[in-house]
Amino acid sequence: MSSTHNATADAHAGGHDDHHDVSYLKPKGGMMVTIWDWMTTIDHKKIGVMYLFASLFAFFLGGVFALLVRLELFAPDVATLDAAGNPIIQGQIFNPDLYNRFFTLHGAIMVFLFIIPAIPAALGNFCLPLMLGAKDVAFPKLNLTSWYIYVVGAIFSVVAIALGGVDTGWTFYTPYSLDTPEEHWQVTFMTLGVFILGFSSIFTGMNFVVTVHKLRAPGLGWFDMPLFVWAIYATAIIQVLATPVLGVTVLLLALERIFKIGIFDPSLGGDPVLYQHFFWFYSHPAVYIMILPGMGIMSELIGVHSRKKVFGYRAVAFSSLGIAAISFIVWGHHMFTSQDALIGAIFSALTFLVAIPSAIKVINWIATLYKGSIRFNTPMLYGLAFLFTFSIGGLTGLFLGTLSTDMQLHDSYFVVAHFHYVMMGGAAIALFGGIHHWWPKMFGKMYNEPAAMLGCALVFIGFNVTFFTQFFLGTQGMPRRYSTYVQEFTTLHQISTIGSWILLAGFLVHLATFIHSLMAGKQAPPNPWGGLSLEWETASPPIEHNFHHEPVVHYGPYDFDDAVPPFCDPADYPLPDPLPPGEKSH
Amino acid sequence: MTTAPTDMTGDGASQTYWERYRHQPHWRNNDDEYTAAKLGMWLFLTTELLLFSGMFVAYTIYRILHADEFARASHYYLDWRVGAVNTAVLLISSFTVAMAIRNAQLNQQFWLKINLFITIICGLFFLVAKLALEYWPKYQKGEVPGGFFSYPGSHGYVPSDYDPLFLGVYWVATAIHGSHVLIGVLLLGWCLWRAQKRHFGPRHFTSLENVGLFWHLVDLIWIFLFPLLYLVG
Ligand code: HEM
Ligand SMILES: [Cu+2]
Repeated sequence: MSSTHNATADAHAGGHDDHHDVSYLKPKGGMMVTIWDWMTTIDHKKIGVMYLFASLFAFFLGGVFALLVRLELFAPDVATLDAAGNPIIQGQIFNPDLYNRFFTLHGAIMVFLFIIPAIPAALGNFCLPLMLGAKDVAFPKLNLTSWYIYVVGAIFSVVAIALGGVDTGWTFYTPYSLDTPEEHWQVTFMTLGVFILGFSSIFTGMNFVVTVHKLRAPGLGWFDMPLFVWAIYATAIIQVLATPVLGVTVLLLALERIFKIGIFDPSLGGDPVLYQHFFWFYSHPAVYIMILPGMGIMSELIGVHSRKKVFGYRAVAFSSLGIAAISFIVWGHHMFTSQDALIGAIFSALTFLVAIPSAIKVINWIATLYKGSIRFNTPMLYGLAFLFTFSIGGLTGLFLGTLSTDMQLHDSYFVVAHFHYVMMGGAAIALFGGIHHWWPKMFGKMYNEPAAMLGCALVFIGFNVTFFTQFFLGTQGMPRRYSTYVQEFTTLHQISTIGSWILLAGFLVHLATFIHSLMAGKQAPPNPWGGLSLEWETASPPIEHNFHHEPVVHYGPYDFDDAVPPFCDPADYPLPDPLPPGEKSH
Repeated sequence: MTTAPTDMTGDGASQTYWERYRHQPHWRNNDDEYTAAKLGMWLFLTTELLLFSGMFVAYTIYRILHADEFARASHYYLDWRVGAVNTAVLLISSFTVAMAIRNAQLNQQFWLKINLFITIICGLFFLVAKLALEYWPKYQKGEVPGGFFSYPGSHGYVPSDYDPLFLGVYWVATAIHGSHVLIGVLLLGWCLWRAQKRHFGPRHFTSLENVGLFWHLVDLIWIFLFPLLYLVG
């Protein structure tokens, strides 16, 4: 059946036959031609790569602001009086207004421009059709459109940044965001930017849902899909169902600022807490838009690099959907301090539910490692780092979900540490693990393993030094979003700032390895890790149409006990001795 | 109703667009492409519904909090007759767009164009009525949202503190809806242009049907907005 399809497809492609075996990265001609080709491409691989570079650039930009924020917090601002009685302020690098802008820009860029698009739109775009054995996503033109919408939204946001004035925090809470003086039109600009970015996310999500439903290769049933695909699918559902609510929220906020419609403005009869409900109805599910794809990457890293069937495949797959479902009913835990106790208790109980599917995943990954043939390379190291940091992030979430403890910890550095452990320690660490895992596939080049492992180690150490200290700061009462603090906190803050420099060093090492790999890396084989999912069944980098023939699936993505991986020497991947008849392995 | 199988590789020259239509290369056949496009459209309609849900939630909350003021404001500022006429017009247009899709499936090219044309006229009528009979007079009298509200009241009607809020919800909800009507009309115009070039027929009517679905959604949202805003209390 698959061969007939190919016959018609080839006949249809007609004159394009010569492209069939060519790497998707091969330039189409001179420089202008190539640039034009990339700008108008509807190839999911190229769009994925463009998203990857754009979101890594956003990461860099957001990172610069983060370093500046940490720099300001290196020392408390101490005011003394000089002989004439004028105050002298020491320890201040930026004035508090500038500080407010820096953390706003840091948060908004990291959330909306980096972590939300990074895994689904970059790695997801690249891998999803390959893993399904498809030629492209369901709607390739929509895919390109969503990329341009992202670019326009990013330009809106970056222009707002460059012109200054946005200092509301990434949450844009009313009434503060309304009181921000009118001449600060940049706030309106920024909210419109977020509105636009939302559409990019929605279109990506729609595309992926339909792709998973309609473009699976023959023989690829739902439970034969790699777990990364399940995670991306669950993410896509959240993107489709939650993002429109953010859309209408920021749209109303912009209208509120321009036309004073009054819906969120208490002086006109409106209610600012309504804004918070709307905002978190999106933004809580959005934290799972950030982490679920990371969890999907984890399943690939752990499964492939310990060469073992992922323990409890169905439990891991369904927990993705479970998380997606529960994520919609817990938003109230961001408003414990502004709602009545009963509602608070209900939201608190619901919040605990999220911990169950999250724990199922973590425990299953650990069970997968048990007795696996673990390969110590960068993807695996990142996988192990994730297990450690994400567990801390998830468990401290429970402290925050408990009403009584949250009263103390709310709006403190404890919250800052918690969400960095999940977003940076979870999502970003998984992203970097995934980038190393698929790097040979994307660019056809190997990277320098020892250098990358060094980078990973620095990131892991730097991350923990930076953020673990913040749990102590938080429990001792350091509030978030302040540019100064009492002197007792100085040591902890300084450790945290030094940690941010170690992190920087780690990422610089990664940058160097990436550049070195692109310029002088050794040619990657089609299947460097011995993976069994379909993306390893094509060349590295993949050919323009992904596969010579539509692949037909014969074994599951983690059947390492039953199959020799494609393009691999059976001697390197020996199958276990068959069990004596009558004994079952699992 | 689905499209016929794809393997009719007849020579394109003598055939019209819909007869020789072939799926894009990453699909296996026309049928998969068609059902995928529809699934995508339904997902998109879901997002649209959620976009409006924000307005509905805001309305519901303020309506519960200020029930009397909202009822009074609704009676005073909004004329249910204009709303009712517009509702009828949109209902008719939903019927005609459904007929247009049926015409395409049955290859009734003439009626396809007529029905699309009527649908577009209905959409334009809705917009013109909205602008001329509601927005413009309201704007002149100062019956505008929130902070810019300047209507002094008359004939013994004294605006309550929550009139600006009611009008805020009214303007925003109807304006977002109106912009959807406008987009719908443009999309229908595009379909009419393609119908003129004989793009739609029994084997291919994907975009026509999806535009039709969009139009039904726009209609449906109005069906909810009309009683909520015009017929309160
Ligand atoms: C076991 C799972 C989790 C639980 C129980 C949990 C619980 C909570 C709670 C209760 C808060 C509110 C704290 C407060 O403001 O007082 C919070 C804040 C936050 N969480 Fe989580 N969380 C979990 C996972 C995640 C994940 C996976 C992410 C992101 C990838 C995340 C990102 C955030 C962010 C960004 C905030 C701070 C929002 C702000 O700016 O106020 N959380 N979390
Ligand atoms: Cu939350």
